[in-house]
Amino acid sequence: MEANEPDVRIMKGNEALAEAALRAGMHAYFGYPITPQSEILEYLMAHGQKRGAIVLQAESEVASINMVYGAAGAGRRVMITSSSPGVSLMMEGLSYIAAAELPCLVANIQRGGPGLGTIQPSQGDYFQATKGGGHGDYHLIVLAPASVQEMADFVFDGFRLAETYRNPAMILADGALGQMMEKLVLPPAGSLPHRVPEWATVGKPKKRERNIITSLHIEPEKMEQINLHLQEKYRTIREKEVRFETFHTDDADIILVAFGLSSRICQKTVELAREKNISVGLVRPITLYPFPKSILNTLADIANAFLVVEMNAGQMVEDVQLAVNGKKPVYFKGRMGGMIPSPEEVLREVELIAEHHTVQA
Amino acid sequence: MTQVIEGMELVYEKPQTMTDAYLHYCPGCGHSVAHRLLMEVVQEMGIQDRTVGVAPVGCSVFAYNYMNIDMQEAAHGRACAVATGVKRVMPDKFIFTYQGDGDLAAIGTAETVHTINRGENILIVFINNGVYGMTGGQMAPTTLIGMKTTTSPYGREQATMGYPLKITEMISVLPGAFYVTRQAVHTAAAVRKTKKAFEKAFEYQKLNRGTCFIEIVSNCPSGWKMTPVESNEWMEKNMFPLYPLGDIKVPTQLN
Ligand SMILES: Cc1ncc(C[n+]2csc(CCOP(=O)(O)OP(=O)(O)O)c2C)c(N)n1
Repeated sequence: MEANEPDVRIMKGNEALAEAALRAGMHAYFGYPITPQSEILEYLMAHGQKRGAIVLQAESEVASINMVYGAAGAGRRVMITSSSPGVSLMMEGLSYIAAAELPCLVANIQRGGPGLGTIQPSQGDYFQATKGGGHGDYHLIVLAPASVQEMADFVFDGFRLAETYRNPAMILADGALGQMMEKLVLPPAGSLPHRVPEWATVGKPKKRERNIITSLHIEPEKMEQINLHLQEKYRTIREKEVRFETFHTDDADIILVAFGLSSRICQKTVELAREKNISVGLVRPITLYPFPKSILNTLADIANAFLVVEMNAGQMVEDVQLAVNGKKPVYFKGRMGGMIPSPEEVLREVELIAEHHTVQA
Repeated sequence: MTQVIEGMELVYEKPQTMTDAYLHYCPGCGHSVAHRLLMEVVQEMGIQDRTVGVAPVGCSVFAYNYMNIDMQEAAHGRACAVATGVKRVMPDKFIFTYQGDGDLAAIGTAETVHTINRGENILIVFINNGVYGMTGGQMAPTTLIGMKTTTSPYGREQATMGYPLKITEMISVLPGAFYVTRQAVHTAAAVRKTKKAFEKAFEYQKLNRGTCFIEIVSNCPSGWKMTPVESNEWMEKNMFPLYPLGDIKVPTQLN
C-alpha cells in the first residue's frame, strides 16, 4: 500500500471494530466470549498483543467490566465488548464507572432477548443503553453504527467522546452489523493522541496529593453535588454531541425514524415508497444518547406522521414521541426475537399510514 | 518533621504513608492495625510512588482515606478484577487489594479464584473476621458453625447454611499462588509476623512469580458484641482452631 492511499478492506463488522481499536491506540481490552461478538476477542487475541495492547479473556463479564474500571482508573484507553446477556452483567460496573467518571468504550453487539434469547440480531437493549442501564442517575454516550465502516469509525469517536467527557461511551450495534462483511476504509493509526491524565492512579509522587478513584460519598449533600455535576455534564453532551442523518426529509409527508440496521432497511423503504409516489423520508439517529430531539420536533411541523421502525417491541419510539410531543401521530413497526423487518413489510405500514392520512387531509 | 522532646529518643512515629484522618474503625478492631502495618511497609520499602491499592466494599471501604497512596475503590467483591486491570496496564507498579471475607470469599469468590489462577502479580490482603462487619454483623462465608450473627440468630447451622469456607487453603493449591500465609494482628508478636509477611509479599511482587495472599484472622468487637479484649480471647479460642496461623504455601525457589 502506498502512503496516503486509503486502506480499503472487506471485513466483518466485529473485525473492523477490533482493528479500529488497535489503530485508535487502545491500551487494554477485557473480554469474554459470547455470540455474535466473539470475533472481537478472537481478533484482538490474535493481533492485539503483538501490537502492544493488553488483551485478556476474563472469567466473566462481571470481572471484565471491573478490570476496565481498574485500567481506566490508571488512565489508560480501554475497551470492552459483549452481547446482550453479557452487557446485562456489566450494569453494576458501568454505574460505578460512570459515577467515578472513568472514560472507556463499550460495544454491545446485540442479540435477541429477553433471557438467553437467540444469537440473531436485535435492538432490544435500547432502553438499557440509553437510559442508564444500571442503578442511579447516569448516562452512557451511545453511538449506533449502521455499516461496517461505522463499526470502525465510531471506535475513534467513542474513545474521543469518552475521554472528552470522562464518561463511558457505548457502540450499540447488533449481530448483523457484527457478522456481515462490507467494504470499508480503515482509519489510519496514530490519529487519536492519548496522555495519561493527571487524575489517574499511577502511584503518588511525593509532591502531589494522592489520587482516588471512587464513587462513594456517604454524605447526601456531597452525593447530591456529584449528581448535579454529572447532570451538568450530560446537559453539555446533549447540547454539543447530537448526531443524526436525514434522507429525503425536506418534502416528506411520512418520516421514518430508525437507527442502526433498521435504518438501512428503511432507506430502501424510502426508495420503494417514492417509486409509488408516497413522499417518505428518514431520520436516522446516530447518537442515541444524546437523542436528536430537536430535528424530530422541527420536522413534526412539516410532516404528517412518523413511523418508528425498530428490531424490538418499541423502545426508541418513546423518545420519538417525547420529541414530537403530540404534534403528529407516531406509529411503530417492530420485529423481535432476532427477526429483521424487510423493506417491503415496512412499506406496507407506510402505505396504511399514507392511506389514513390522505383520507384525513 | 516529628518534634522530639529534648533528652528523649524517637522510637516510633506515624508513617508518612498514613494520612492524618481519624480512623473510623470501632475501638479494638484489627482493620486499623492492618492498615498501619501495610503502610509502614510501603514507607520503609520506599515504594509509595509506585504503589496503587484497591479498597473493597466492607468496613475498609474508606481505606483510601487513611492510606496516603493512590487508590481505587472497587465494587463489592470486584477488588481482584480491578487490581488485575491496574496491574496489567502497569506491570512495574506494586498493586494490592484489601478485602473482607464477604467481599473476597462470597460475592467475589470467582474473581478471587481466577485472579490467583492467572497468577496476577499482586498482593491480596484478606481480613477474615467471620462476619459482615459493615452491614451490621450478618453471617459471612467464614462464620463458624454455631456462631450467632444477625442472619444466623440461632447460630450457623451446617445443614442449612453450609460450612465455613476455608478459602485460603482452597486457593493455596492453585499454581498461580506464590505465597500464602495466615496471620493475625492481636498481639505484639502477631503484629511483627504480619509485618514480615507484608514485606515478603512486596519483595515477591518484584519477582513477577504469582499472587501473594495474606489472610489476617481478625476480630469484630461490634459484630461479635464483645469488648475488644473479649473478642481477641474469643478469636484465639474459636477462630484459630479452624483458621490456624502460619504459612500455607511458601516459595521453594526464589529465582
Ligand atoms: C452488590 C452489593 N451487595 C451488597 C452490598 C452490601 N454490603 C456492603 S459491605 C457488605 C459486607 C462486607 O463484609 P466483609 O467483606 O466481610 O467486610 P467487613 O465489613 O467485615 O470488613 C455488604 C454485603 C453492596 N454494597 N453491594
